Amino acid sequence: MAVPLLDVQDLRKYFPVRRGLLRRGHSWIKAVDGVTFAIGAGETLGLIGESGCGKTTTAKLILLQETPTAGSIRFEGQDVAGLRGPALLAYRRAVQVVFQDPYSSLSPRMRVGDIIAEPLEIQTNLSRQAIRARVQEVLELVGLQPEMARLFPHEFSGGQRQRIAIARALAANARLLVLDEPVSALDVSIRAQIINQLEHLQQTLGVSYLFIGHDLATVAHISHRIAVMYLGQIVESADSDALCTRPQHPYTRALFAAALPDHPDDTREALVITGEVPSALNPPSGCRFHPRCPYATSRCAEEAPPLKFIDTHHQVACHLF
Amino acid sequence: MATTAPTARTALPPVVRGLRRGVQRVREVPLLAVMILAALVVVAVFAELLAPHDPTLPVRGARYFAPPFWMAGGSLETPLGTDFQGRDVLSRLIFGARVSLLVGLMGTLVAGSLGTAMGILSGYLGGWVDQVIMRLTDAWLALPSLVFAIFLATMVGPSMWNIIIILGLVYWTRYARVIRGEVLSLREREFVKLAEIAGASKLRVIRRHILPNVLNTTMVLASLTIGVVIIAEASLSFLGVGVPPPQPAWGLMLSEARPTLMAGQWWLTVFPGVCILLVVLATQLFGDWLRVRLDPQLRNL
Amino acid sequence: MAPLLHVSDLRTYFFTFGGTRVVKAVDGVSFTLEAGETLGLVGESGCGKTTTCLSLVGLLPPAARIVGGSIRFAGEELTGKSPRELRRLRGRRIAMILQDPMASLNPLLTIARQVGEPAHFHLRLRGRPLRERVLGLLRAVRIPSPEVRCREYPHQMSGGMRQRIVGAIALAAEPQLIIADEPTTNLDVTIQAQYLNLLKEIQQQTGVALIFVTHNLGIVAKMCDKVAVMYAGKIVEQSPVRELFNAPQHPYTRALLGAMPKLGRREPLYAIPGQPPNLADPPSGCAFHPRCPEVIPRCVSESPEEVVAGNGHTARCWLVQPDVEVSRGRPSA
Repeated sequence: MAVPLLDVQDLRKYFPVRRGLLRRGHSWIKAVDGVTFAIGAGETLGLIGESGCGKTTTAKLILLQETPTAGSIRFEGQDVAGLRGPALLAYRRAVQVVFQDPYSSLSPRMRVGDIIAEPLEIQTNLSRQAIRARVQEVLELVGLQPEMARLFPHEFSGGQRQRIAIARALAANARLLVLDEPVSALDVSIRAQIINQLEHLQQTLGVSYLFIGHDLATVAHISHRIAVMYLGQIVESADSDALCTRPQHPYTRALFAAALPDHPDDTREALVITGEVPSALNPPSGCRFHPRCPYATSRCAEEAPPLKFIDTHHQVACHLF
Repeated sequence: MATTAPTARTALPPVVRGLRRGVQRVREVPLLAVMILAALVVVAVFAELLAPHDPTLPVRGARYFAPPFWMAGGSLETPLGTDFQGRDVLSRLIFGARVSLLVGLMGTLVAGSLGTAMGILSGYLGGWVDQVIMRLTDAWLALPSLVFAIFLATMVGPSMWNIIIILGLVYWTRYARVIRGEVLSLREREFVKLAEIAGASKLRVIRRHILPNVLNTTMVLASLTIGVVIIAEASLSFLGVGVPPPQPAWGLMLSEARPTLMAGQWWLTVFPGVCILLVVLATQLFGDWLRVRLDPQLRNL
Repeated sequence: MAPLLHVSDLRTYFFTFGGTRVVKAVDGVSFTLEAGETLGLVGESGCGKTTTCLSLVGLLPPAARIVGGSIRFAGEELTGKSPRELRRLRGRRIAMILQDPMASLNPLLTIARQVGEPAHFHLRLRGRPLRERVLGLLRAVRIPSPEVRCREYPHQMSGGMRQRIVGAIALAAEPQLIIADEPTTNLDVTIQAQYLNLLKEIQQQTGVALIFVTHNLGIVAKMCDKVAVMYAGKIVEQSPVRELFNAPQHPYTRALLGAMPKLGRREPLYAIPGQPPNLADPPSGCAFHPRCPEVIPRCVSESPEEVVAGNGHTARCWLVQPDVEVSRGRPSA
């Protein structure tokens, strides 16, 4: 098998929490606890889960915003942990990000052209003219007018700002975009514009996406494969279509049951789970989902189920399988 | 106003609308403050042209303690009277404006640049740098600022430039505190993270993303500190550790008038006092307006 | 019998810059709501849906004014009531649930105090009956061990629990109408489902009418009996919920439905071009015409009137064929 673009193996990130007056004792928040996945070239992996499941921490680890406690991240076969100097810059150039809030991700005091040019200035040694030309090129690529480079962010609407953020991420020919809830803050009609734009860009540029979201329908729409996270672990991963038609893990099924209908006559499986996501500070023993799981047995409380293949591309971490 | 319908107004070309907005903005400016400050600047810059006499020498032929011109014994030669050496009060006030303005501006500049730099370093770098700078500002704030300034002034000796440096050193902490807070929230903003993810160096992040976004706050703080610095300069001069005589400074004039205050020579204290009051009032009003103007939360209303 | 709420031709304008600029945030909105019914008010940000709700409860910001139309609630006219009278009405007979539960709760007061406040103020409950009422309400919104929880403070609750507390406050004085403004946007998917199911259950038990303000058609499909789609301050289409999803009449409604990703069916999304209009400078004629895929010349110059397209189904579009039988005035079901 060919080497995937991004290969994440058993990634872990524990945050220490100091307790007590003298801050002696400490315990760990296991934000990401043994996550493994791979993203191929031109592919979209959807990472779905509720708040606190570790999807954003996973993104931060990939973006080198945090250093992993254990595990490895390989980009085109090379471990990114030890990268320095030009190799590090090359990785930063290849992996870019678009955040959720288009209002906070563009500096209010910089012109749009300078915002988009920033990665180019840092990562390449292109001339001023070449940078300006590239900025205009990517603005057109995301469906904006090249003249808009002269304007300031506050002159744009939320959807347009998100396009600018995408243009910036793509300016230096990124190979992988981490999309952290990129449409959650947008209006419905604008959401569809951005999703279509992202799909179009993937087809023309062959860029890969790690699409992080909490809305099942949106993630399922854009992703080729989906990984479902719960309390720092992947509980199920499968091809998007397989996951939508045959969700297996009780948590995945609960997510589908909770998803909003797209027609008043749509009936969802009546599997509404009770309670809320427990704290990652003291995660439940065994399978982390067992306190909320309607099918939990005594074994679930004792033994953590490993992620196993139930089909060629379908993995589930549950004792039921 | 009522003759033009609102619909017609929205149909105006953008240039006209922009002009209207400009006019509106000008109207909001605190007119009194701007007038006082403008007058101060004009007087300070053109002191040589405006002052009728040399401020450091007695006016030839004038009495000591001559009262203002409208009182018995006053003369239009020295319209606001003369002091204990027979020097013209008006000329001294005019040249004193130069000292006040210069010390106010330069002292604020020193305090502002030092404080902003420290605040940015403290907030953005965090860790032990933050600890050191913040403990330093804590210690600094615990010292009574005027006493501290007097102490420094007696150490290095009185001169206008020393006073500027001293006042800068005394007042930088409030900038450091406020700017650090601002930077702490900026640091979490996504555009800063994006720059870091793109591989920008710390220096670049500070220069391109942090500094431009805290400059507004620095400006507002500066406009509010100018008045404080001017008062501090006057106090130091009054106490004899500020601008050395015979240079004309408002605080010094007050100090020199103190022994004879009870003798009824009120003009020697009231005029410099009123000058200090007006200037400080004007800078505060202006600073308040600037704060409202530049604070993005208030501005968007 | 008269409906619980009858809003007709409501106009709420914002006057800014000393009255020199007028923003028609709500521009001729009419709808009715029966007791126990749920109306979904759908639209994008800035379409006037929140202003419509604030007009109903008299909580408009100072720059906004109701300039026309009427709001009849249980046979009483609300426009022109004094702020004092409206205050008696708010909480007692009309309650509101807002988007951000943390902002709706006072961090310094216990849950018991906050839930008890409306019952204390409006129902004049004191002492033991008040305490019983608070515990009952907390039980109704599924707060576990309410006797303990009612002594706690908002920061000790999770997001889902806070939103349920806000729900309990809304229910406290047994209102006839609850207006919920995007109550679940900040909640996780499974928590959202729990909350919506809870609201439905409470509605079945108490017969309270609901107005659901949302931009999410999925919530409408799950919760509502009727839908009103708003665009640029006007209701462009109004209909019973099934009919809206089965036979949308207005191109904007069709576009919104097409823009919604659907689970299990990977159809291309229809992206509405352009941006929502700026209400300070709205387009001529039909406000949707610059973005409409089916625009005809008439749309640019003339604003379409409301056309009856079926039983309880109206739309503002030149392309909609009126349903002759219904529009002749046969009473709707």
